[in-house]
Amino acid sequence: MSEMKVLVAVVLLALAGPPLERSRLAAEPALRTQESRPGAAASQQPSRRGPGVPAAPLGRVDAGGVLFKKVGCYQCHGNEAQGGLSGPRIGPNLFPSTRFFEYLRKPTGEMPPYTVKVLSDQDIADIYAWVQARPRPPAVNTLPQLAR
Amino acid sequence: MSRSTRSKPGLERRRFLQQGALAGAALVAAPRVAEAQAAPAAQAPPPVMTHAAEGAEPADVLTLRDDERAGSDFMVDVFKSLGFEHFFANPGSSFRGLHESVINYGGNKSPELITCCHEESSVAMAHAYYKVDGKPAGVMAHGTVGLQHASMAIYNAWCDRVPVYVILGNYADAAIRRGAEWYHGVQDAAAMVRDFTKWDDFPWSLTHFAESAVRAYQVAMTPPMAPVVMVLDGELQERPIARGERLVVPKLSMPVPPQGERGAVEEVARMLVAAEYPVLVADRMARTPNGMTLLIELAETLQAAVIDQGSRMNFPSRHPLNQTLRARAAVTDADVIVGLELADYWGTVNALRDQLHRSSRQVAKANAKLVSITTGDLYIRANYQDFRRLQAVDLAIGADAEATLPPLIDAVKRLVTADRRRLFEERGAKLTQASRAAAEAARVAATYAWEASPVSVARLSAEVWAQIRGDDWSLVSSYYSNDQTNWPRRLWNFDKSYQWLGHAGGGGIGYGAPAAVGAALANRRHGRLSVAIQTDGDMMYAPGVIWTAAHHRIPLLWVMNNNRAYHQEIMHVQKMCNGRNRGIDRGEVGSQLVDPNIDFAKLAQSMGVHAEGPITNPNDLGPALRRAMAVVKKGEPALVDVVTQAR
Repeated sequence: MSEMKVLVAVVLLALAGPPLERSRLAAEPALRTQESRPGAAASQQPSRRGPGVPAAPLGRVDAGGVLFKKVGCYQCHGNEAQGGLSGPRIGPNLFPSTRFFEYLRKPTGEMPPYTVKVLSDQDIADIYAWVQARPRPPAVNTLPQLAR
Repeated sequence: MSRSTRSKPGLERRRFLQQGALAGAALVAAPRVAEAQAAPAAQAPPPVMTHAAEGAEPADVLTLRDDERAGSDFMVDVFKSLGFEHFFANPGSSFRGLHESVINYGGNKSPELITCCHEESSVAMAHAYYKVDGKPAGVMAHGTVGLQHASMAIYNAWCDRVPVYVILGNYADAAIRRGAEWYHGVQDAAAMVRDFTKWDDFPWSLTHFAESAVRAYQVAMTPPMAPVVMVLDGELQERPIARGERLVVPKLSMPVPPQGERGAVEEVARMLVAAEYPVLVADRMARTPNGMTLLIELAETLQAAVIDQGSRMNFPSRHPLNQTLRARAAVTDADVIVGLELADYWGTVNALRDQLHRSSRQVAKANAKLVSITTGDLYIRANYQDFRRLQAVDLAIGADAEATLPPLIDAVKRLVTADRRRLFEERGAKLTQASRAAAEAARVAATYAWEASPVSVARLSAEVWAQIRGDDWSLVSSYYSNDQTNWPRRLWNFDKSYQWLGHAGGGGIGYGAPAAVGAALANRRHGRLSVAIQTDGDMMYAPGVIWTAAHHRIPLLWVMNNNRAYHQEIMHVQKMCNGRNRGIDRGEVGSQLVDPNIDFAKLAQSMGVHAEGPITNPNDLGPALRRAMAVVKKGEPALVDVVTQAR
């Protein structure tokens, strides 16, 4: 048995809450990522954090993919972070890393919080790297199944 | 006729049962009261069903004489007069008399008996059948074990305010019960569901039955509609009656649904015409296909935003004024909100945050004027809490919303000036732009994970839509079908009353699969293509419905949304895991349907249904759907099992 109307509230909040104000989020700095395929080098993208602020951990794509499943991100956000009925799309190229960290630690919507006991900074960095590495979709007008 | 004045055939039948069938239990002539009290040890034991009893030669066999007919024949006369076309039932001896009358006396036509494998399925089929046909169907069940099975589905129908006509068998007279009938006998059968049914009765005579049967129909179909229960005594069903016995089939007189009071309706019209951003929110509004037509007229007259919360098919999904995909934004912007048969007004204008400590906030403007038009104000029951939180409104009209729309439209039209019309047109243009943007965003959202395996639910919905869009289709059950923004609602063009049938009502899982069969049966006569997007967890409650569809040649395309878990429950458990800082990696324990994976194609094939799958490559889905549709178009069910993502 399920309280389905509660789900509706969950969905609406997830879709409408402040964390999804993407234009604001897009202005924030991005986390460094590392392709974890064999031989891949760490991203040299510089952190935009201010002087004296430690850089976020380097993310590992493959490890992030495993975690994305293991800690249940896929339940709401889809197997490819594409978004679903209960959670928005979170990648690729939607959220800067600082906001990603902040929201996982202290969500303002329906998402349960992920404290450091549950998910380390390195884990979050890995997940972020994997989310950022998701492939771009085909153009909508090339898909006849989505014709209006 | 009271039980004390029953006619001779009834007494004869009782004698047969006592002297014949129970003879093997060594039952002797009943002792006088005084003797029994003096020598209790000599009393016969309670009659029990034994092999000897079953095999004993009856002392007095009764058959109907040519000048007689059964009480249940007259019951069929009454049911036919009410226009019942189908009875859904898993067979049960407590209504064997009525069963026989339906199939023989009534010719198994209007009503036709639909064989079900579970009483919960019977009720859910009748529930969805009503939503297509606008007429209630009957459900026959044992008064005890059958009703116990049926009760959750009755609760769903209650919460959804849908009429289901439940007919229960029961042997009231303890002196004539066979062994099993003791387990199937009950003093007050309907008590178990009285909290979530609108009316019930246990008639003592055929005249009493006829009046109560018609009354039950009237009560069930008068808004707010709800299930009703008729308990039919087994002896009343089976007792012969003289063909010449004068029994009257009462005329059905349906009350007109209540219309809003004129002054109040005119006040709503003034508020709507004066509003800068009026929003019309509809939930259980459209009782009939005309409900959608009326809401379109009101919305277009005002160029007002409409939110269809989806318990009924209230508004075309692609109408430019439909703001359902951006419902929260519309509510936030509104200065007047008119709720039309809302099941949850509070939840429409407030938000509850479900964290370890729950909190809520109002999302509508503090000064927004709130109007409610609902028959929900006219009828409420205690105990079960489906009435939701109390929402204070500025004007509450206790009336049927669909019946109230015509005078409201007239009142609005009388008030609209040329200046207001210009403003309305500007507002409408902005709403059109917003709804188009939301629809386009949904299309783009569906492209993400397009090639993923397991298949995304967006891809599944797009593939189904590509196959059915040229047909006269009906989505008879849907993925989380109470969600007004689920993928079919985002991507498909819903513009007919039967294309969207709402949801289970009470959130009881196990509704979707039988509902699909009941709705598809109702669609069959219209030649519509019935499609169900069927979740795996729901199907596993009572998969025997597949057999019912096959047996009765009910054309239905079942597309399994097989995500191999009760994912909504996993999300709840995960929320607990996170809130308690215990780690989330075991959150799936207890909610998954894996190890072994369920092969739904084989399940369906075992019941004679064309089936394919499991499909894991999204590019295999289109061809499989085309093959299945060819079977459905020949008049039979088919199933395509698709392994999908969680949500």
